[in-house]
Amino acid sequence: MRFEISAIPLTPEIYKKSLTNPSCGGFVSFEGWVRDFNENKDVTHLEYEAYPALAKNEAVKIIQEAYEKFGIKNALCVHRVGDLAIGEIAVWVGVVGVHRGEAFKACEYIINELKVRVPIWKKEHYSNGNSGWVECHECKKHDHEHHFDHHHSHK
Amino acid sequence: MKKIMIQYFAIIKDFTGKSEEVIETNSIIASDLLNEIFTKYKFTIPQSQLKVAINDDFCDWGQLLKEGDKIVFIPPVSGG
Repeated sequence: MRFEISAIPLTPEIYKKSLTNPSCGGFVSFEGWVRDFNENKDVTHLEYEAYPALAKNEAVKIIQEAYEKFGIKNALCVHRVGDLAIGEIAVWVGVVGVHRGEAFKACEYIINELKVRVPIWKKEHYSNGNSGWVECHECKKHDHEHHFDHHHSHK
Repeated sequence: MKKIMIQYFAIIKDFTGKSEEVIETNSIIASDLLNEIFTKYKFTIPQSQLKVAINDDFCDWGQLLKEGDKIVFIPPVSGG
């Protein structure tokens, strides 16, 4: 039962091998890939950043919950950080269980919870040269704090 | 005054232009310090969209700050 953060490309075959267990009949994995569009914008590449200590604590907690809820035998999750090109693997989750049912459920649980709880952030870089942190629509810098009488729109 | 170490990540790091700093503050609780940082670096994020961690554990906005604490304000996450 592990969670890792990797600054280099992920290696699913090695992770899968590390989960091998003769008493397990089911292995389920999920890979999250870098996609070339989001919300109608062309994405050229992504940048991921993590708060490593807390990301690790929270992810291990999630994996522990998956154990307790679904009775799986082992699980591993690895998240990439740094600059990623289109098509690269951003996150890998692998779960083994005695039967497939609990492995499917636990794998989905782990990735779903990771996406909303673990302090990791994705910055998208777009084909028009702009970039932006995802989910931060209401995060605002006050660029013109001395000019409150201005009525031009702020991005 | 107490010394608190603040680490900045993602959009908050972009706004402050640094990844960490030690500040001397009179802020009593975590939410006071958040407002101090909003004022100092001239940005805002609705507090309801943020989380806060002290010494690498999630905590409440009402948590008392102690000399030597490490605090992180966590913007909306987007991993996976």
